[in-house]
Amino acid sequence: MSSSGIVKTQQVVRPEFDRIPVDASSVGAVVRPLSPLQRLLDNVLFRRCAILAALALIWQLYALWLHNSLLFPTLTDTLKVMIHDFGDGTLLRRTKSSLEVLLMGYAAGVALAAVLTTLAVSTRLGDDILSTLTAIFNPLPAIALLPLALIWFGLGTPSLVFVLVHGVLWAIALNTSSGFRSVPETLRMSGRNYGLSGVRYVVTVLMPAAFPSILTGLKIGWAFAWRTLIAAELVFGVSSRSGGLGWYIFEAREELNTSSVFADLLTVIMIGLLVESVLFRTIETRTVEKWGMQR
Amino acid sequence: MTEDGSLVLDVRGVTLQYKTPRHLVTATYRINLEVYESDRFVILGPSGCGKSTLLKAIGGFMAPIEGDIFLRGRKVVKPGPDRMMVFQEFEQLMPWKTALGNVLFPMKATGRFRGKEARERALAALSKVGLTKFVDSYPHMLSGGMKMRVAIARAMAMEPDILLMDEPFAALDALTRRRMQEDLLALWDQLRFTVLFVTHSIEEAIRVGSRILVLSPHPGRVRAELNSSYVYGQPLDDAAFGLLSKRIHNLVFEGEAEAKQPEALV
Repeated sequence: MSSSGIVKTQQVVRPEFDRIPVDASSVGAVVRPLSPLQRLLDNVLFRRCAILAALALIWQLYALWLHNSLLFPTLTDTLKVMIHDFGDGTLLRRTKSSLEVLLMGYAAGVALAAVLTTLAVSTRLGDDILSTLTAIFNPLPAIALLPLALIWFGLGTPSLVFVLVHGVLWAIALNTSSGFRSVPETLRMSGRNYGLSGVRYVVTVLMPAAFPSILTGLKIGWAFAWRTLIAAELVFGVSSRSGGLGWYIFEAREELNTSSVFADLLTVIMIGLLVESVLFRTIETRTVEKWGMQR
Repeated sequence: MTEDGSLVLDVRGVTLQYKTPRHLVTATYRINLEVYESDRFVILGPSGCGKSTLLKAIGGFMAPIEGDIFLRGRKVVKPGPDRMMVFQEFEQLMPWKTALGNVLFPMKATGRFRGKEARERALAALSKVGLTKFVDSYPHMLSGGMKMRVAIARAMAMEPDILLMDEPFAALDALTRRRMQEDLLALWDQLRFTVLFVTHSIEEAIRVGSRILVLSPHPGRVRAELNSSYVYGQPLDDAAFGLLSKRIHNLVFEGEAEAKQPEALV
C-alpha cells in the first residue's frame, strides 16, 4: 500500500457550522440530589456492615448444615458463650490483660522506631545502622525470639513486651524510613529554607510529609503485635497460669470446648476490626485524606 | 556609600560543582553578580548553564568550591529565612496545611512573627495575591496558579532581604503564566521588593526583569548583563522589546548556530 514511502492524503473539507444548542430541558434539573438508596450504597460503613452480615449468615447456615458443634459451632452458640464469658468477667479480664501487654509493647516499639528513624534521617551512619538492622531483624519472626526472651527475662510480661517490640519496631521503622525517603526534594528544601534542622525539621516537615507511609507502618505494626501476642500466649499457656486471650484459646482447646475457642477468636477479630475501622479509619479521614495525600 | 548601602546580594567568583553517581560536574565557573535593592534581577540561560544550581548556592543549600556569596555583607553559609525561595514545583507547599497554615508556617518556625501579628500578616499577604477566599483551602484543592500564589505569599510575608525564584512559572500553562507575570509585577510596583528570578524564557526575562544576566552553558559563565527596565510595561509587540529579545537570543544561541551549520545543509 505505502511501498512508495510517503503517501499524500487528501484533506477532507468540512463545512463550518454555528448553531443553537439542543433543548436539554428533558433531563430535568442539571444538579439534583441522589436518592436515599444511592446515598446508602455510597456509604462505606453500610457496605462493610452488609459484607459482615453476609459472612455471619454464611457461618450460621454452614454450621447448622454441618451440625457438629465440636468442629464448627454456630454463630449463635459462639455469641452465647461470648456473652456468658463476658458476663462472668473471665473473657473481659483476659482481654484486658492481653491489651495491656499489647499496648505496652506497641508503645515501646513505636517510640523506639521514632528514635531510630530520626537518627537515620539525621546522619548517614544512623541510616546505615537502621538499614542493616532492619534487613537483619525484619525477616526474623518475633515468636522465634520467645524461647530466648524466656531465658533472659523469665516467664511474664517483660518477655512478652520484648517479643512485641521486636514484632512492631522493624515494620514501623521500615515504612517510616521509606516514607521519609519519598518526601519530595522541593518540600525538604523549603523546610530547610526556614532554617529548620534536626528534630524540629523531622517533626514539623518530614513526619507529616511521610504520614501516609507512617500510618501504614503503624497499621502493619499493630497487626504484627496482635499476631505475635496471641502466638506468644499460646506458648506461655503451657507453663504459666496467668494469661490473656491466647492462653484462653489454649485452655478451651484442651477441654475440647470449641465454642469457647470460637468466642475467643471472635473477640480477637472484633478488637482488630474496631481498631482498624474506627481508630485508624478516623485518623486517616482526618489526616491523609483531608490533605489530599491519599484517596 | 549610598550605592554600597543598597547592595543586597554580592556573588564573587563563585564556582559550583556537584556530584552525580558517575561524574563531578562543574555547573558554574567564576560567576560575578551584584543585586541591588529593588532590583528585578533575572538570570537567563539555556538548560545546563547552572542557573538553578547558582540559585541553590545563593539559597545556602550548597557551598561554592571557589568564591563567596554575601547577603547584605554577611557571608552565606546555610539556608535561612532571609532568602525565601519559590520553586517551580507545586510540592513546595505543605499538603497538610491550609493556604493560611502554609503562609504562617515559616513565620512561626523561625519565630520571626507570632500569634495575632503573624496571622494578620499572613492574611494580608494572601489577600495581596488574591486568595482571600481560599485561605482555608488545602493545597490539593487549589489550581497550579493558586498554589504558586500561595508560595509567593508565603515568601513575601516573611519580608526576606531577597526573594529567590527558580523558574516559578515554568510548570504553569501559558495563559496562567502571563497572568502570574503581570501579578508579580503589580506586587513589585506596590512593595518594591528585591527579587532574583531564574528563567530560560527570553520573553519572560524581558517582561519580568529590570536587569538580565545572560549565562553561557557548560559550565555557566557570565556572558552579558543587560538593562531591560526601559521596556517595563511595554506591549510585547513593541519594537524595543523585539530588538532586546533578538539581542538576547543571539547571545544565548551564538554557539549553537555555528554547531548546527552542517546539519542545516543536509
